[in-house]
Amino acid sequence: MSAGEDIPASARPHLPRGVKLKRDEARGGFALLAPERIVRADPVAAAVLERCDGQRTLAEIVDDLCVTYRGERGRIEADVRRLLADLAAKKMVRL
Amino acid sequence: MSEEADKTPPAPLGLLAELTHRCPLRCPYCSNPIALESREGELDAATWGRVFVEAAALGVMHIHLSGGEPVSRRDLPDIVAHCAEAGLYSNLITSGLGLTQALVERLADRGLDHVQLSIQDAEPDSADRIAGYRGAHARKLEAAQWIVATGMPLTINAVIHRANVSRATKIVALAVELGARRVEIAHAQYYGWALANRAALMPARAEADAAWAAVEEMRIALEGAIVIDHVAPDYHARTPKPCMGGWGRKTLNVSPSGKVLPCHAAETIPGLEFWSVKDHSLADIWRRAPAFNAFRGTEWMAEPCRSCDRRTIDFGGCRCQALALLGDARATDPVCSLSPHHDVVGRVANRDSVSDAAYRYRAAPRSFEKA
Ligand code: SF4
Ligand code: SF4
Repeated sequence: MSAGEDIPASARPHLPRGVKLKRDEARGGFALLAPERIVRADPVAAAVLERCDGQRTLAEIVDDLCVTYRGERGRIEADVRRLLADLAAKKMVRL
Repeated sequence: MSEEADKTPPAPLGLLAELTHRCPLRCPYCSNPIALESREGELDAATWGRVFVEAAALGVMHIHLSGGEPVSRRDLPDIVAHCAEAGLYSNLITSGLGLTQALVERLADRGLDHVQLSIQDAEPDSADRIAGYRGAHARKLEAAQWIVATGMPLTINAVIHRANVSRATKIVALAVELGARRVEIAHAQYYGWALANRAALMPARAEADAAWAAVEEMRIALEGAIVIDHVAPDYHARTPKPCMGGWGRKTLNVSPSGKVLPCHAAETIPGLEFWSVKDHSLADIWRRAPAFNAFRGTEWMAEPCRSCDRRTIDFGGCRCQALALLGDARATDPVCSLSPHHDVVGRVANRDSVSDAAYRYRAAPRSFEKA
């Protein structure tokens, strides 16, 4: 089983209080800020995290990304699941 | 001039704001300097606000509001608000003493992002003895509940030393029980008061090793439930920790009166010239202050660091530690097994771990106001 396969498609992922996605003016790109952690978010991760607003479901987020990036759905979904599972284990995303 | 101007250091990520040296507790391992700064000289909230704006422009992302006990400052909510206005992530590092539920809620409303609460032990009597304050532990547990109730992430932080080393795992368990999102188990680092108290704090090597292994096991068992950060007992290590991610590379530290230091212990190093936010902009200090350039990069190094391929990984280790153990801040950190003086570390650790020295407490608080 690859990471995040067990996240339900109806999950509404969001950043908990104390975790923030921020544009990094000094270095460019985005950073994810959490307690004692500064994680650089590449453009793909930033695009996913911007959509994690607690309103949209995982399925809707993947749909939206497929439209924006014109990618293959299976691959995009696997990437999103892997990212969310990784960040959830670090308590930086809530599912 | 040109050589100095050519050096463009990377942008710093974090700033530790020591809002005050006042504190109601007397932890024997306090990182404050032995000579504490007075209340009269403390920067006001507006000046801190200006410093935060300059920090954000420099590239800083995290502000750590620390002390002493930052809650000793009545204007703490305004200082927190200044962080939020500057778009900075704020972290309050507190003992919990002086907090009330109303104040915790007020800080959350003004945009505080994270609270790091120190505890001294998992066992109340021992915890109070270490802190030098009866009833402190119970008040901390209460504060933890108020913090969690606001939704702000809580970190529980504990310094590990001889009196609590056997309960390191119990401290992790307590953090989980309190609803913390993160716990920091930090074996004592011997600077400031901890250096003065080293003989009373140093655990036996076997105990430190056992505590380390047990907490590492919990890290695996608790993945997803809590984030565990673990700081090694470096007198028992073979490679040094990178000093603050490299001197003048990632962080700056501003003292209560506005002196800007590369690290909180940097003032112990003789001959360094520190600049103040009262006289210079933060950008100017970061780039040009002599104290920041003293050990920046690898130019200053002597052998064995100079030709070592780890020199850009650990930057020769800790300058303050080299000074404390060898009397020479320019030497290779003797924690490194390649240091010709590495044996000093083991000898000091063994000697101190069987000493029966009593705690030497920091000066009784002078002007701590009851909240
Ligand atoms: S030299 Fe040591 S004490 Fe000084 S900043 Fe570096 S790690 Fe800290
Ligand atoms: S010799 Fe210096 S650079 Fe090399 S590992 Fe030791 S402390 Fe680090």
